[in-house]
Amino acid sequence: MSRIIASFQGSFGGFRLDAGFDIPAGGRTGLFGPSGCGKSTVLRCMAGLVRLQGGNLRVGGEVWQEDGYFLPPYKRAVGYVFQDARLFTHLSVRDNLRFGLRRAGGGRIAEADVVEFLGLAPLLGRYPAALSGGERQRVAIGRTLLAQPRLLLMDEPLAALDRESAEQILPRLREVSARFGVPVLYVSHQMDEIERIAQHLLLMRAGRVMAAGALTDLLTDLSLPFAARDGAATVLELTVSAYDETYGLTLAGAPPLCLTVPGWLGAVGAVIRLRVRASDVSLLRRPASSSVLNLLPTRILAADIQTGPHVLVVLGVGEARLLARITRKSWDQMGLALGQEIFAQVKAEALAGA
Amino acid sequence: MGAAAVLTLELASLTTLVLLMLGVPLAWGLAYAKGWWAEVVGAVVSLPLVLPPTVLGFYLLILLGPNGPFAPLLSHFGLTTLAFSFPGLVIGSCVYSLPFMVQPVRGAFAALGQGAWEAALTLRATPLDAFFSVTLPLARGGIATGALLAFAHTLGEFGVVTMIGGDIPGKTDVLSIVIFDDVENLDWNQAGRISAVLALFSFLVILATLRLGHRTERT
Repeated sequence: MSRIIASFQGSFGGFRLDAGFDIPAGGRTGLFGPSGCGKSTVLRCMAGLVRLQGGNLRVGGEVWQEDGYFLPPYKRAVGYVFQDARLFTHLSVRDNLRFGLRRAGGGRIAEADVVEFLGLAPLLGRYPAALSGGERQRVAIGRTLLAQPRLLLMDEPLAALDRESAEQILPRLREVSARFGVPVLYVSHQMDEIERIAQHLLLMRAGRVMAAGALTDLLTDLSLPFAARDGAATVLELTVSAYDETYGLTLAGAPPLCLTVPGWLGAVGAVIRLRVRASDVSLLRRPASSSVLNLLPTRILAADIQTGPHVLVVLGVGEARLLARITRKSWDQMGLALGQEIFAQVKAEALAGA
Repeated sequence: MGAAAVLTLELASLTTLVLLMLGVPLAWGLAYAKGWWAEVVGAVVSLPLVLPPTVLGFYLLILLGPNGPFAPLLSHFGLTTLAFSFPGLVIGSCVYSLPFMVQPVRGAFAALGQGAWEAALTLRATPLDAFFSVTLPLARGGIATGALLAFAHTLGEFGVVTMIGGDIPGKTDVLSIVIFDDVENLDWNQAGRISAVLALFSFLVILATLRLGHRTERT
């Protein structure tokens, strides 16, 4: 698969940015870090809105920036969704949508598809001043898509919205990459957004990229802050295999990782996202009763044993990873050790809108 | 008086047109420029607000006169001086009314920020395209205000036009000078009529700019 390879170095006002990464030019990558760590600056560099002294950027084999070469933003096939939609208030929704489309001279992403995908049909004749925050952001996403980007940058597009509007847009953000074949780089400082959207993850801190990789790998990496946080969890992407109408349960995954989740989460074949909290995983030497739901055969891959009351355990289930948070007392009494095979009892929750 | 009115309107219209072409880009530069020189340019542009018009007129008279620095350039066009001529009046009026155009437009650009401009650049618009299709239309309230103020201000100027125009009938005697002459000739009736027209017009301009301001706030 083609890649997006970037590195940016520069200083401004006492802040030093030295960020380098290599991510797939496909799917959804989350760029996560605390406020002020340089996430937005990285995005602005990628769009060409900021030119730092040192910068290299290749998107799918095409050079956008390297030593002595800088492609200006309007020549980059880049899309940028700003936190504050930045619609052109003197233009109707329709003309906002067509702004980039006209200048890109058309392309594979069609106006009708975008209008349908984002539910923009009722808004086309209106002006931005008459739109709600959520509607504005939907128009902004549509406008950006129609400029035919080969890379879609999203800078906290939900941060300025109320909870309800954000919930409505979130599923679209997850689908947009696959639907229109555009890689998405999604900036957020909200871990729950990242958990719900991202497949790959970049972790930034103080101007540097601290870690990069698949979301589940980073979530279960004991050397990173994710596993140690309150409410630490892993995210699993599973395919729905059946629905139990009698009890209202969705069955998802394939052996050895099969999970049963309450509620109807999707038709058979649909890919759903589940979150498994480390505190919702308990370990058993042998199945206490065969009637227990969600009992998985696992192997202990890693553990963070310190002096505190808890031990964080990384479990392998086939290719998948789970986190378990158990007491140090249990760890000792059960005589657990790395490499051991053990059963994990799991309570999974569907990620809203997943 | 009719000729003076036409001359005054011609002068104000031409001045406004020139200021739109020069003042708007200048205001754009000042709104987004960083650095001490932008402050210096901004101060020079604002100088006519506080400078006595006669002082401004005096300097312009020297600059545009037969011994001024522009005299060699003028000789290319077969002219010896721009003083006491209509082009000289236009130049003087442009300098005098420049801050009235630049301040509101600069304010409008600054209030707009870089947001929409940046969005346009990421939507494949070249900088020039983004300026004309996004920045300029979004700042239209400020530009209209600036144009109205510059027009009205030029209509009423006296000091600069007296210095540089010299009150030549049919050539440089604008309405404000006619009022002065009328009073000197004790024709109080005509002075009163022209003054009333100018006062009413100024009031309407201020009213219009206030309404424009409200409209801009709403969008």
